[in-house]
Amino acid sequence: MKETLRKPVLAVGPFHPLQEEMEFFQLTVDGEIVTDIDVRISYNHRGIEKLSETLQFDQVPFLVSRVCGICSASHPLAYIQAVEEIAGVKPPERARYVRVIINELERIHSHLLWVGLGGHFIGYDTVFMWAWKYREPVLDLLEAITGNRNNYGNVRVGGCREDVPNEIIPKILKELDQIERKTEMLTKAVLDDPVLHARLKGVGVLSKADAVGYAVVGPTARGSGIGIDVRRDDPYAAYGDLDWNVISQTEGDVFAKAVVRLLETFESIKMVRQALRRLPDGPVAVEVKEIPPGEGCGHAEAPRGETFHYVRSDGGNRPVRHKIRAPSYVNVPSFKASCIGQHIADVTITLAAVDPCYSCTERLAVVDGHSNIIHDYESLLQLSREKTARIKREIGAPELKLEDL
Amino acid sequence: MKALKKSVWVFHVNTGACNNCDIEIVNLLTPKFDVERFGIRLVGSPRHADALLVTGVGTRQAAKRLQEVYRQTAKPCVVFCMGACAGGTGIFEGAYHVAGPVDKIIKEVDPNAIIAYVPGCPPKPEAMISGVVKALAAI
Amino acid sequence: MKQQELDNRLAEIRDKLIDIEQKANRRIFLLCERENSYAVNKFLFEGLGLRFVIVTGIDSEDCFEILYHYANDETGCFVTIKAFIRDREHPEIESITPMLPAAEWIEREIHDILGIGFRNHPNMRRLILSDDWPEGVYPLRKGLS
Repeated sequence: MKETLRKPVLAVGPFHPLQEEMEFFQLTVDGEIVTDIDVRISYNHRGIEKLSETLQFDQVPFLVSRVCGICSASHPLAYIQAVEEIAGVKPPERARYVRVIINELERIHSHLLWVGLGGHFIGYDTVFMWAWKYREPVLDLLEAITGNRNNYGNVRVGGCREDVPNEIIPKILKELDQIERKTEMLTKAVLDDPVLHARLKGVGVLSKADAVGYAVVGPTARGSGIGIDVRRDDPYAAYGDLDWNVISQTEGDVFAKAVVRLLETFESIKMVRQALRRLPDGPVAVEVKEIPPGEGCGHAEAPRGETFHYVRSDGGNRPVRHKIRAPSYVNVPSFKASCIGQHIADVTITLAAVDPCYSCTERLAVVDGHSNIIHDYESLLQLSREKTARIKREIGAPELKLEDL
Repeated sequence: MKALKKSVWVFHVNTGACNNCDIEIVNLLTPKFDVERFGIRLVGSPRHADALLVTGVGTRQAAKRLQEVYRQTAKPCVVFCMGACAGGTGIFEGAYHVAGPVDKIIKEVDPNAIIAYVPGCPPKPEAMISGVVKALAAI
Repeated sequence: MKQQELDNRLAEIRDKLIDIEQKANRRIFLLCERENSYAVNKFLFEGLGLRFVIVTGIDSEDCFEILYHYANDETGCFVTIKAFIRDREHPEIESITPMLPAAEWIEREIHDILGIGFRNHPNMRRLILSDDWPEGVYPLRKGLS
């Protein structure tokens, strides 16, 4: 009896301490090179689109801000823009600026979170601790403005629910100076480190052609030379009034995506400063009595890329249909293209480079469906760190130093 | 807040969460909150854990796996329902893919399970630490 | 491409459409029957090079609507194809995944939650509903609580 040789399968998964969500990736390997990936998602599916149809238009923002905890400002904003489009409503000037302030502060702490996680996956735990320590002041600022470190609940149809009180503007500006200094230090350390260059360059490359075929967005797209950004392409809130740059790179590797995120953080700091200085007086919301029949498309540039919401109204007080597309829904499948051909030691960082907001998409759960498991997640993490250690030895570079300010 | 007399090993389980609670749990490890000084340690396997930190609503797909993790956890153990979702499905009540809340799922395999609740959406890290320390000191 | 050029080029596909609607500023809807949806999708993606965004499936009681959203990033314009599936008993439509890998997941999702068949989909399997979710129950159909 002939037995066909089964290709070994790697499980990455289900519950591991630092990858907060459940995933379900099955990687097929030939030796130590990935040849195929299968994904099973369902663990985080809650049924939000259907739930939305049972809520009134002004209740939905609270629901969708919890689609994903770290894109929690972008989802409600995209939804609200779709509804404002149907109703032909323009929020007041001041609201447009407040929306920028909240969303850019979120981008800053989200990118810092990513840098920390990326560091952890390749064995740079000082980077992890440092990045997560220095994102705390951003969360404190958001709490001072909106009352919550996350789930700000700040947008509503017609404007914002909470204003940025003028009295705290000097404090925010001062805090931003600190955050900028620390981000500069982190960026310099990361971008100048020869070990990181050797570890991350050429790893997890997503070609421009694949980026188009998978319709990726955000830093995943901008790292592969596709310079799209909703804030510039279809300006919303006050982005059209501000002076800033879209950051993109061409190499499409993990390093390129890291550069995009780090440099974008500085653009975000710039934007918040401008928005605070130009914050016009006036109300922060207009009253909207009803939503007429119609359909609207709203999108916002979340930290992970374009968040798209489509809303249909029949003139009642609930949406008839509400479609939510998070950026990770198109970015995570591209992992197939960027991971095939990679060494298993690079699998975790390649996936992390997409910055999957698992909560947004559907979290992937990792299962071990086959008997030929060679490496579990712990083992993959170990391989990733060992590769970094090996490179460090070969290059003979000094330890990355980050001053504690 | 006094440190616990003995070190407590906790294992984190996400059963369908938006991530906020999960990120705050990871925050517990970072310098600002530094949960290790209270004797709390995050471990990589339920077999070594004294407590489970559970987030999320308990989706249909995650429910069986949560029960499996609970079975594997050394007894006695405490199940901490972190956040509004784990505590009672939160804002996702009535959603079609929700099998939770978490206590209902756990009690199916162990009606006498020890369950503690830390409310919030998400609970602040200070609230999580306070909840865990208080509950464990009381047991 | 610039907006004027986009408007001009959309006229090339007019014979495959029931109508072209302009909703808000830079929000265009192309209405068509399901038989023509593949050709219109191909025109937008391969012909015009627009960026695929996502697909929305809607149960409209007398028919199903499949909305394919595309973006023209240069002008921030959304072009949405609205394809009508009139046959409610056996609702199906041609899959666009063979030409657009990005569509794979969303077509599987719409199959899960609305029960729409996607002809020639290369990997039609359950995506977001749990392993134990009953067959034939489509949560996003109207009338299901």
